[in-house]
Amino acid sequence: MKKVLRLLRPHGGLVFLSLLMAVLSVVLTLYVPVLTGRVIDEIVGPGAVQFEEIARIMKVMLFIVLITAGAQWIMNAANNRIVCLVSSEVREQAFEKIEVLPVSYLDAHSSGDLVSRVIADVDQFSDGLLMGFTQFFTGAATILGTLVFMLVTNAGITLVVVLLTPVSLLAARFIAKKTYAMFRLQSEVRGEQTALVDEMVANQKMVQAYGQEEKIQGRFDEINERLRSCSLRAVFFSSITNPVTRFVNSLVYTGVGLTGALCVVRGVMSVGQLSAFLSYANQYTKPFNEISGVVTELQNALACAGRVFELLEAPARTPDAEPAKQLPAHPGNMSLEHVNFSYVPEKKLIQDFNLRVKAGQRIAIVGPTGCGKTTLINLLMRFYDVNSGAIKIEGIDIREVRRSDLRSAFGMVLQETWLSGGTVRDNIAMGRPEAEEKEIIEAAKRAHAHSFILRLPQGYDTIIGENGGSLSQGQKQLLCIARVMLCLPPMLILDEATSSIDIRTESRIQEAFQNMMQGRTSFIVAHRLSTIQNADVILVMQDGNVVEQGNHESLLKRGGAYARLYNSQFALSQEEGRTDVPVRGKQD
Amino acid sequence: MVMWKLLKYMKNYKKEAFLAPAFKLLEALLELFVPLVMAAIIDVGIKNSDIGYIVNMCLLMAGLGLTGLICSVTAQYFSAKAAVGFTAKLRHELFAHIQSLSFSSMDQVGTSTLITRMTSDMNQVQSGVNLFLRLFLRSPFIVFGAMIMAFTVDVKAAFIFVVVIPVLCVIVFGIILATIPVYKKVQERLDRVVRVTRENLQGVRVIRAFCREKEECRIFGDSNAALVRIQLLSGKISGLLNPMTYVAINVALIVLLYVGANRVDGGFLLQGSVVALVNYMSQILTELVKLANLIITVTKAIACGNRIEAVMEVQPGMEEKVHLDAQYEIDAGKLMSEVPAVVFEDVRFGYQEAGADVLSGISFTAERGETIGIIGGTGSGKTSLVSLIPRFYDVSGGCVKVNGMDVRDYPLAELRRKVGIVMQKAVLFQGTIRENLLWGNEAASDGDLREAIRTAQAEDVVFGAKEGLDAYAGQEGRNFSGGQRQRLSIARALVRRPEILILDDSASALDFATDARLRKAIAGLPGDMTVFIVSQRTSSIQHADKILVLDDGVLAGVGTHEELLETCSIYREIYEFQFPEEKRKAAGREVRS
Repeated sequence: MKKVLRLLRPHGGLVFLSLLMAVLSVVLTLYVPVLTGRVIDEIVGPGAVQFEEIARIMKVMLFIVLITAGAQWIMNAANNRIVCLVSSEVREQAFEKIEVLPVSYLDAHSSGDLVSRVIADVDQFSDGLLMGFTQFFTGAATILGTLVFMLVTNAGITLVVVLLTPVSLLAARFIAKKTYAMFRLQSEVRGEQTALVDEMVANQKMVQAYGQEEKIQGRFDEINERLRSCSLRAVFFSSITNPVTRFVNSLVYTGVGLTGALCVVRGVMSVGQLSAFLSYANQYTKPFNEISGVVTELQNALACAGRVFELLEAPARTPDAEPAKQLPAHPGNMSLEHVNFSYVPEKKLIQDFNLRVKAGQRIAIVGPTGCGKTTLINLLMRFYDVNSGAIKIEGIDIREVRRSDLRSAFGMVLQETWLSGGTVRDNIAMGRPEAEEKEIIEAAKRAHAHSFILRLPQGYDTIIGENGGSLSQGQKQLLCIARVMLCLPPMLILDEATSSIDIRTESRIQEAFQNMMQGRTSFIVAHRLSTIQNADVILVMQDGNVVEQGNHESLLKRGGAYARLYNSQFALSQEEGRTDVPVRGKQD
Repeated sequence: MVMWKLLKYMKNYKKEAFLAPAFKLLEALLELFVPLVMAAIIDVGIKNSDIGYIVNMCLLMAGLGLTGLICSVTAQYFSAKAAVGFTAKLRHELFAHIQSLSFSSMDQVGTSTLITRMTSDMNQVQSGVNLFLRLFLRSPFIVFGAMIMAFTVDVKAAFIFVVVIPVLCVIVFGIILATIPVYKKVQERLDRVVRVTRENLQGVRVIRAFCREKEECRIFGDSNAALVRIQLLSGKISGLLNPMTYVAINVALIVLLYVGANRVDGGFLLQGSVVALVNYMSQILTELVKLANLIITVTKAIACGNRIEAVMEVQPGMEEKVHLDAQYEIDAGKLMSEVPAVVFEDVRFGYQEAGADVLSGISFTAERGETIGIIGGTGSGKTSLVSLIPRFYDVSGGCVKVNGMDVRDYPLAELRRKVGIVMQKAVLFQGTIRENLLWGNEAASDGDLREAIRTAQAEDVVFGAKEGLDAYAGQEGRNFSGGQRQRLSIARALVRRPEILILDDSASALDFATDARLRKAIAGLPGDMTVFIVSQRTSSIQHADKILVLDDGVLAGVGTHEELLETCSIYREIYEFQFPEEKRKAAGREVRS
C-alpha cells in the first residue's frame, strides 16, 4: 500500500482535486432532494402555492445542479488522468526494468507471464485500485452524508433505513457465497473444454487424417453438456442477487413510506421531507452494494499490484564495472580459467573448466541435445555470470568490461531465430542502424538472403509480422545471418542450425560462414562432421559439463566420449552411404 | 448484422426466450405502480389522516415488491436457461463445423483464431444474450412506461417527459457512439504495446547481443505514449456522460416542479401526484444508465457473435462423394493387383491464399509395394505433394489417382483409411500411449500395437518405462522428446496397416542409425505397402525404388539413386554436399576413366 502511495505522489495535486470534487458533488447531490422536498412543501394545494419562494429555491437548485455536474466532470477527468498516467508510468518502469533484469530471471519466468504483468496486471491494479479508492471514498461519503441529512430531518425513519439496509447486504453476501462453488465448477469444466479445443483444433489436420472427427465430437459434446448444466446453475443463482437486493430495497422504501406517512399524519414531518426521504431510501443502498463490490476489486487489485511490484523490485543484474576497461580493437585471444557454473546450486554443471583460445581459432562444441551447449554461449555473452573462475578476453576479465562493449565484440547466430516486427531492412540493420543501403544489400547477398527478399511483396521494405510471421524458418535464419554479416564483429558464436535450412541453401551459407570465420575467433555449436574435423579445438559436452577437449585426431585416439559419438552418428552414416542396406523392393 | 443468422440456434429455447422478457416486463410494470401507490398514500391517506388506509397501501406496496421478486427470479431462470442452452448449441455446431473444414479453409482461418472463437468469444456471447433477454426490453419499457404513467397522472406535466426522454437518449447514445471507435483504437494500441513487450521478451538474447536495450525502451515508450493519449481522449468523452445526464434530468425536474406547482395552484393536481411525477423522473434516470452499460456489453457480444458467424460462413470447401461408385466395388478385386497404387497426372496445385502455384506439371506413377523417396529444398513442395494423396487439398489442375481412381471420387473416410500419414510435426494427444495408437485403428489388439511399436523402433520408449502402453502423454505429448514423439507417430500410422504409408520428414529427430533400422523394419513388413519417404537426407531415400527430386514445385528428376547421380545436377549437388568424400571419389573415378 505504501508503494502505491509513492506512485501517486507526483500526482498529489490531481488526487487532492479529485477528492475535493468528490466531496463537493456528493454533498450537493444529497442536497437536491432536500430542496425538492421544500418545493413540494410549498405546493400545498389550489391557490396556496408560494410561487416566489418556489422560484427562489429553484434558482438555487439550478445553480447547485450545474456546480454538481461541473464537479463530477472535473472528478471524472482527474481520475481518468491519474489512472492513465500512473499505469503508463508503471508500465514504462516495468519495461525498463525488464531491459536490465538478468537473463536468468527472464529464463525463469515465461514471457506470457511477464507480458501479463506489464499489461494486464498494471491495468487491473491502476484501474481497480484508484477507481476502487474513489468509489470507496464517494460511497462512504454518500452514506455518511445521507445519514447526516436523514438524522437532521427525522431520527425515527433514519433508524428504519439503517436497520433494514444491511438485510440486502447480507442477502447479497449469502448468494455470493453459495454461487462461488458453482462458478468454480463452471470454470473447471470450461478449462477442461478449452484444453480439448486447444489440443484438437490446433491439430485438426491430424484428427482429419485419422478420421477421428466423430469420436472427438462425442467427447466435446459430453463436456459441453456438463458445462451447460453447471453454467446454467452458476448463471441463474448469481443473477438472483439483483432481484433479491431490489426486493429488500423495495421493503426499505415501503418501510420509509409507512413510518414517514405516519409521521406526517402526526404532524412531525412535512410531505416534502417524506419525498426527500423516499429518494434517499432509493439511493442509500446503492453505495453499500458498490462498496461491497469495491472490496473484492480492491483485493484483486492489490494482488495484481503485488505481482507488478515483484517485477519492479526484482534485483537487477550487477551493474557494469566502473570505470570499465576497454577491449582492444580486434580481440581474439580468450581464456577460461577455472570456470565453475551452475543454474541452481544443487545441480552442479560446469566444473573447473579451463580453455585457452588463440586469436582466429575455431572451437567446435559437440554433444547430444540438451548437453549444455547453450550454457557455454550464455557465459561467453555474459547472459549469465560465472560462479567462480573467470573468462578473459585479451587478458581482461569480461566482468570488468561494459556489457555493451563485450557483446558488440561477438556476432551471434542462434538456432532459435528472432526477428523484430519492423521491415526486413530494419532487421538486417539491427546491429548497425546507420548502415547504408549498399552495405545492407551486400550483407544480404553474402547470406544468400538477397534473392528471396527481392521476391517478397515489398522487397527490403516488407514488414515482417510478429516473430517472423509469414517467413519460413529457413528464411528467418538467413536474415539472422545477414544481420551478423553486416556487423562483422571480431568474434563469432554460431549455432550451426541445420534443422531448418534446406541442404542446397545451407551449402551456400556454409561457404559464407567459412569466409566470415576467416581470422576470427569462432565458437561453433557443430552438427556437421566437416566443421568438427576442421576445428582447432573440439569441446565434447555431456550433461552440462565439458568431458573432453582436443582436436579430432587426438580425441579419436583417446577412444572416449567423442570417439563413441563419432562412431554412432557420423561413421555409420558414411558406412551406410557405401554398403547396400537392403531396402524393400528389388533394386538394380 | 450477420449475427442474427446465429439466432437459429435459439430454436429449442423459443419458449424460454419469450418467457424471460415477458416476466421481466411484468416486474417492470409492477415497479411502475409503486409511485402511484405512494401518491395515493400522500393524497388520500395523509390528507385524511387515515392510518388504516396508509397501512393497507404499504402492504400493497410490499405485495408488489414480492410479486416483482417472483417475476424477476422466474425471468432470470428462463433467460439463463435460454442463454446457456443457446451457447451450448452454438458451441456444438461451431465445433462440428470446424471438424468439417478442409485443410485449405483451416489454413485460411488459422487455428489460433478458431480456438479464440470457441472459447472467449463464446463466453462473451453467452453473457450478452443473457443480459439482452433480461434487460433489453425492460429498460425501454420502464422509460416509456414511466412516461405513459406520467400521462395518466397529468397530461400537461407529462409533456416534459416527452421532451426530456429524447434529449437523454441523444446524450446517452451520442456518447456511446462517440466512444465505440475510440475504444477500438484503444484496443488496437493496447495490442501494439502487448506485441512490443512480447517481442522484446522473446528476443531478449538477440536484443542484448546487439545492445539494443535503449532503442527498445524508446519503441516501447512511443507505443505506450500513443496508448495513453487515446485512453485520455476516451476518458474525456465517456466522463461527460454522468454530468450531462445529471444536468438534463435535474433541469427537467425543476421544470416539472414548476409546472406541477402551477397545476396544483390551479387545482388540477394534488401534491402527492407531483411526488409521483418526481419519482418517475428518477426511475428514468436509473434505467437509462443501466441501458447504457447494457449496450456496451451487447455491442461486444455482437462483435464476438459476428466473428463466430464469420467462421460458420467458411465453406467446408471440398465436395465429397458419399458412396463409392458401384463399378469400383465390382472391379475392386481385380484392380488391386493390376493398377498402380498412386498416379499423379500433370498435377498443378496452389494454396488458396498464395497466388503462385506450389506444384506444377507433376506426373509420376508409384507401383504397389514400391518405396518412393522425395527430396528437395525448403519450400520446394514436398509436403504439398504428399498432402494431395489423402486429399487434404484439392489439385488446381490434373488429377491424383489412388488405386486407379481419382481421389475426388472416394468418400474421404474411405480414402483416408487407406493412407497412413506421419506429419512433420509429430504430435501426441493427451491420454495413454495405447489411446494414442488406437487412433490408427480402434480394433487393434495390444499385440498389434506392440508389433507397430517394434517396427517404429519405439520399444525402448514404451517398454522401457514401467507403465508401458498405459504411460500417460501430456498435452501435445510434451513429456516425450521430439524423437520419441516421431517414433510413436510412426507407430500410430503403422497400426492402421495402411495401403499407402507417407513419412513426411518424420525421422528428422532420429539419429542415422535408428533411421536406418526404422527403414529396414518398414521394408520387412509383410504385404505390399507403398511407402513415400520425404526427407532432407539423401541417406534416407537413396535406396528407394524411385526418387522424386523437387525444385521450386517442379520435378527436376525422377529415377533411382544411380540414375539421378548421372542425370540430375540438383540431386548430385545435394548428395555430394552430404557426403563430401563421395565427391572426391567421383572425381577420382572420372580421372581414372
